Amino acid sequence: MATSTADKVSNGNIHRHNQNINTFKSDAYVRSGFSNHCNKHNGKANGGLDKRPFKESFDQAPLYVAVLTYVGFGVVTLFGYFRDFLRACGLEKCHLAQEREEQKDFVPLYQDFENFYTRNLYMRVRDNWNRPICSLPGPQFDLVERVSDDYNWTFRNTGKTIKNVINMGSYNYLGFAENNANFLTTVADTTRQYGVGVCSTRQEMGNLDIHNELEDLVAKFLGVEDSMTFGMGFATNSMNIPALVGKGCLILSDELNHTSLVLGARLSGSTIRVFKHNNIQSLEKLLRDAVVHGQPRTHRPWKKILILVEGIYSMEGSVVRLPEIVALKKKYKAYLYLDEAHSIGAVGQTGRGVTEYFGLDPSDIDVMMGTFTKSFGAAGGYIAGKKELVDFLRTHSHSSVYATSMSPPVTKQILRVLKCIMGQDGTTMGIQRVRQLAENIRYFRQRLQEMGFIIYGNEDSPVVPLLLYMPGKVGAFAREMLKKNIGVVVVGFPATPITESRARFCLSAAHTRGMLDKVLSTLDDLGDYLSLKYSRHSKSTQDRTLRRNSVVNH
Amino acid sequence: MDVKGLKEYLAWLYYQYLLVTCSYVLEPWEQSIFNTVLFTMVTMVVYTAYVFIPIHTRLALEFFSGLFGGQHESTVAFMS
Repeated sequence: MATSTADKVSNGNIHRHNQNINTFKSDAYVRSGFSNHCNKHNGKANGGLDKRPFKESFDQAPLYVAVLTYVGFGVVTLFGYFRDFLRACGLEKCHLAQEREEQKDFVPLYQDFENFYTRNLYMRVRDNWNRPICSLPGPQFDLVERVSDDYNWTFRNTGKTIKNVINMGSYNYLGFAENNANFLTTVADTTRQYGVGVCSTRQEMGNLDIHNELEDLVAKFLGVEDSMTFGMGFATNSMNIPALVGKGCLILSDELNHTSLVLGARLSGSTIRVFKHNNIQSLEKLLRDAVVHGQPRTHRPWKKILILVEGIYSMEGSVVRLPEIVALKKKYKAYLYLDEAHSIGAVGQTGRGVTEYFGLDPSDIDVMMGTFTKSFGAAGGYIAGKKELVDFLRTHSHSSVYATSMSPPVTKQILRVLKCIMGQDGTTMGIQRVRQLAENIRYFRQRLQEMGFIIYGNEDSPVVPLLLYMPGKVGAFAREMLKKNIGVVVVGFPATPITESRARFCLSAAHTRGMLDKVLSTLDDLGDYLSLKYSRHSKSTQDRTLRRNSVVNH
Repeated sequence: MDVKGLKEYLAWLYYQYLLVTCSYVLEPWEQSIFNTVLFTMVTMVVYTAYVFIPIHTRLALEFFSGLFGGQHESTVAFMS
């Protein structure tokens, strides 16, 4: 049980596994006197739950904002019905897919009404999504300029590109999406040696030696026994959960889990029960019911209970309450599946994810999953844990048996990034980037809260959702930001609840202070111009009325 | 240049109205229809209020004062 990580000599590795810290909630340890003994000899560990304040905020907007949001949706719905009527009458040209005249008597092929929202609201503001990018998605990038002549039904390129747009939307947390030739020499050499395509699945002829090297390095990075990597992050979740659980098992999944987890859970055929987002009481109630009552009709005990959570939830920016969930899972003997897609590399003192952030022992988490798309600048996913688990997945997972394995340059890129973060390449660049990201997060969030915006999520999460609420402001915000040369991602219904549309900023270690200041000052002006500063807690509410009259000049 | 400042302020107010009622996303002819309908409804409400509220309040006041005032006079007559 005792891991020998205390004597790791890697650069910047100040990670200490502390088994003792798990005893703070569990009764069994207190009764046997174990925790008293440890506290006397070892003291409180670095990053224990009681030392670190867990600050998350989900402010509510004033009531008039919710009312006006509904009014806005109401107006758009009315006009949607009106336009649908015109299209059905034939008074207006219909741009959508339609059946041929000869097939009008057949069973309808296109379910028109279900796309009501897409047709009537999304189409009107559609120019803010799917913007073509024609450069590296680093801290600044180039966009293709496109215009629409018929209100976003079709686009055409003007032939110009918008250069050096500040990128606040890419998942480039540590800034490893770079094209500096000095850093990419190993990747180029690997491409020259192995080519780009693998042309086989992992089980047949697609198992390269660099794949094995990568898996050993990932296991070492996370502090677990073994790991397995896959070519696609979404497929890692959706293809491996069915291999782990099946009929007769219970899945307890968080309300706001990602689609890949939901799809994997549904494909597995187990019973799925949903608990309220990050709510430990709700989870405990479900666990108790499951253990006490068993399966629905037969009351036999469940074969397995699996809890599905994510490290950082990308729409809210909230961090999972991991110590409490680990305590619960030990008490009720359930298994924990942690999806660290957004948190690996981005939180923790050396970038090792939420387990390090809370100071927990990685062997407490049964299945650790993550992706290489976000902090590593590559593509793919991994599952890590005990050796028996990984060996089982190598033979039973759909993704390893049927999916093409990871491409060699991508594998080499992940290897180079992992070595950089762990300090094995001889520089301190990795740990500097992790620290730079933490500093950027702190600065950005603090300034936005001072300005009076409503920001969701944990103070340490690199995902910053800024609430916009009204559907009109969603389109206006994205367009105005692009005019000022800043690219943002805005999200609305149905990815978020209907009243809570937001703009989502993803911070990066590659953002300089100058870029962040430019973004912040633009947000300040735009917040006044569009009146987005709904927070009741800011200090600048008094001088908001004075500044409103200074209209932004375009 | 207060006129220019006022014009800019009014333009900003109109922009806020477009954002809040979500007419910002509508095409110009739809915005015209919406503005016309809303303006007509507001005008009708204002007209009705202007025509009927003074008359109704005057009648209501007369009714209630007649009720209490008439009662007072009758008790005074009874006393004397």
